[in-house]
Amino acid sequence: MAMKGKDCVAIAADRRFGVQAQTVSMDFDKIFEMGPHLYIGLPGLATDVQTVSQRLNFRLKMYELRENRKIKPKTFMSMVSNLLYERRFGPYFVEPVIAGLDPKTFQPFIASMDLIGCPMITDDFVVSGTCSEQMYGMCESLWEPNLEPEDLFETISQALMNAFDRDAVSGWGAVVYIIEKDKVTKRLLKTRMD
Amino acid sequence: MASTVAVELPHGGFSFDNCKRNALLEDKGFKAPKAYKTGTTIAGIIFKDGVVLGADTRATEDTVVADKNCEKIHYISSNIYCCGAGTAADTEMTTQMIASKLELHRLETSRKPRVCTANRLLKQMLYRYHGYISAALVLGGVDSTGPHLYSVWPHGSTDKLPYVTMGSGSLAAMAVFEDRFKPEMEREEAMKLVQDAIRAGIFNDLGSGSNVDLCIITKDKTDYLRTYQEANLKGVRQGTYRYKRGTSAVLKTEVKKIVLEVIDTQVKPQAMDTD
Repeated sequence: MAMKGKDCVAIAADRRFGVQAQTVSMDFDKIFEMGPHLYIGLPGLATDVQTVSQRLNFRLKMYELRENRKIKPKTFMSMVSNLLYERRFGPYFVEPVIAGLDPKTFQPFIASMDLIGCPMITDDFVVSGTCSEQMYGMCESLWEPNLEPEDLFETISQALMNAFDRDAVSGWGAVVYIIEKDKVTKRLLKTRMD
Repeated sequence: MASTVAVELPHGGFSFDNCKRNALLEDKGFKAPKAYKTGTTIAGIIFKDGVVLGADTRATEDTVVADKNCEKIHYISSNIYCCGAGTAADTEMTTQMIASKLELHRLETSRKPRVCTANRLLKQMLYRYHGYISAALVLGGVDSTGPHLYSVWPHGSTDKLPYVTMGSGSLAAMAVFEDRFKPEMEREEAMKLVQDAIRAGIFNDLGSGSNVDLCIITKDKTDYLRTYQEANLKGVRQGTYRYKRGTSAVLKTEVKKIVLEVIDTQVKPQAMDTD
């Protein structure tokens, strides 16, 4: 999930990698860094998570070489949307969540997409994954506008942890990135490991 | 030496690479995530000076509301707008595709684009995919021949009518239109009628909700009134659920400082060289 705060954005994910009921690994990274201020979270089928992130990285590098500048989050969102819609009939089973700051104005930006690339930009929070309904509930209750980075961290951590505690196939650790103008703080949370 | 990694340069159009794999996964019992549907109420009406298009703003993912305020009135050109119902990604991408095709056409012909051109481009594209691109659209605009309104169905058939509704809430909206539509209405009357039709959809159809967006297109200008009316206000929060700093237990913290590039631009007045 991702949330907007005051001049900052937060993106968080759990760390489980499993095959239906069997947990295979507890340190699977689903959040990828696409730029100093741009992060994408990719929940879904693990193989597609890796394929999409690698293909996206390639397209992003080509963009940066051609344009000779850092990509804007909104443009990046269109790039992801395009990549997913190319496979409209035979989609990648990922539902990306994008969080970032504009490289020039540092305006916070969050967006999410469905598996065929329909973009959805919001001003508060975006959620994605198997426990999306629980996350919607938690975020609606906890989120308020203009949270400071420290408060935003608490809000997103509690929202994520309480949501995936109510889902049998999510959890086993969580990672939260708080993206601000001059630094990115990555924190690993202490969660229930069941 | 073994082949290097084949570089995949994106080359446009649909790619069917994953179809076989996906079919196999579904056989094995993998439940795919659902796409966003717009489950909408969209409507359009021709009035004395032009066209009024209206839409609700809810996007659903099965029965969960994914987006409470999405834009369903898409830009095709400055004098043509299109409302979309059906699978959200399809309406978004189809309207963008037709918008760019129309722009290229406009540059080649140096003329303001006609609504019938947009209509033809849409129906030709949708028919090619035989309804698999689930986009039901209400296309309206004003060009040199006057105001026009079309409804486009996912399989590629179109209807040219003075008033149309599409989407899951189309029956509710059509009921309002059938009751109160008159030819050659005034602008305010037409806006009220479309607004009421969309409201009928919002309050009576499960798939539609939130606010009303309107777009009024006339010969000289276009007014895109996003959130023309907030039909459903969000409740005011009674208490705050802020946690004390330090509530979440942290195992490890890594801080990555980002070095900001300082670009210094100095503008010095220089005398122009006019020799």
